[in-house]
Amino acid sequence: MTSEQRRAPSASTGSPLVSLKRVNKHFGDLHVLRDIDLEVARGEVVVVIGPSGSGKSTLCRAINRLETIDDGEITIDGKVLPAEGKALAKLRADVGMVFQSFNLFAHKSILENVTLGPVKVKGMKGSEAKELAMSLLKRVGVDNQAQKLPAQLSGGQQQRVAIARALAMQPKVMLFDEPTSALDPEMINEVLDAMVSLAKEGMTMIVVTHEMGFARRAADRVIFMADGQIVEQATPEEFFTNPQSERARDFLGKILSH
Amino acid sequence: MENYLSLFETYDVPAAFWVNIQLSFWAAIWALAIGTVLALFRISPIPSLQWFGAAYVNIFRNTPLTIILAFGFLGLFSVMQISLADELDVSLFRIAIVGLALYHAAFACEAIRSGVNTVPLGQAEAARAIGLSFLPAARLIILPQAFRGAIAPLGNVLIALIKNSTVAAAGSVATEASGLMKTMIEFRSDLVIPIFLTFALGFVILVIPIGLLTTWASRKLAVAR
Repeated sequence: MTSEQRRAPSASTGSPLVSLKRVNKHFGDLHVLRDIDLEVARGEVVVVIGPSGSGKSTLCRAINRLETIDDGEITIDGKVLPAEGKALAKLRADVGMVFQSFNLFAHKSILENVTLGPVKVKGMKGSEAKELAMSLLKRVGVDNQAQKLPAQLSGGQQQRVAIARALAMQPKVMLFDEPTSALDPEMINEVLDAMVSLAKEGMTMIVVTHEMGFARRAADRVIFMADGQIVEQATPEEFFTNPQSERARDFLGKILSH
Repeated sequence: MENYLSLFETYDVPAAFWVNIQLSFWAAIWALAIGTVLALFRISPIPSLQWFGAAYVNIFRNTPLTIILAFGFLGLFSVMQISLADELDVSLFRIAIVGLALYHAAFACEAIRSGVNTVPLGQAEAARAIGLSFLPAARLIILPQAFRGAIAPLGNVLIALIKNSTVAAAGSVATEASGLMKTMIEFRSDLVIPIFLTFALGFVILVIPIGLLTTWASRKLAVAR
């Protein structure tokens, strides 16, 4: 595993940006995360795939503690994820999150959605935040919608705004929790394009998705999860052409046969 | 008819209603403020605050208002000598406001909480994900949407409050409408029915615009999703 080789003792650029060690989580009797070990290097794009109920969304949400974990340790840039309070809020500001259902603030304009974090969390000046927001909205191609409310935009546009909102915090890593699963088919590509260009710019990304095309185009590594475990990980090329495990072959057979 | 009109020369009915309006106005502001804090407690991540919020609501919601206001007058004022102003009637008036506010705060809390339930969980998650802690997330994201979803139930609380302000008579605020009504009936028993109808109509006139206004506002301000 390449990230093992790059590992360094201090929190310098060589150490993993995101690290999970023996992470476990239960929902009642259901063991949703089983001894998850994962390291994501700076600039790496990791795609997590797997059948529904495999724990991939829970894994993604655990990284910024939207889901608590029962035991194990999650560190981001060398710092252990705090349990709660101001320290946790501070750390979350460094972790961008894009949700399946966009979750734009429904009572705020597109522009306000993007400026809110920089102004209220980072204390950025309003004018500066507005400039930053407009450049980010332009980057994802929705700058002409800045004054509208989220409900007035299409799903694809909303999701691109959500990406801009996360980027406005200048995060160290971006988490994507099935970002295209709630979109109409014709809107999926506009979101994936924004994600691919983000990956090309060197953003560290953890992406839970069913979009195999995106995995092939942008991922450095594919992680296959089933029943709460990481069953297999490999480069996209290796994984899609020569999956090692029976579960992965079965899964790929089901989704790629059409 | 002349008989009836003579009532208004002897008794200042509008002034009595004005007392109820004042009681309702101040009690509504305090009830909303206390109710908002209670709702924050109930949705907060801190178990002791959740417990306090739930306990408050259950105690005050399930206690008759007459008892709360009578306690304010007999317990706080007469026995414990707690006075909120130098003049007797001002002090009683303020104690009645406190009682009305404490009681209706429990209902305001539940109305706001029903508004919070109209805000999808994802809104709170997105707020936390950009680094807002509980209070800023509540203030900037959750409550503004919750209030807009709670206008109609809050309007119902206000309507109940206006009518319940007549219970202030139990707290010895004799100048308010139902107090005056009692006095009028006592001295003009020939006009019992017209007196009743006058006061009933007075409250209907006060309350109907509030119902219309909150229905209109809850449509107008609904958050588009």
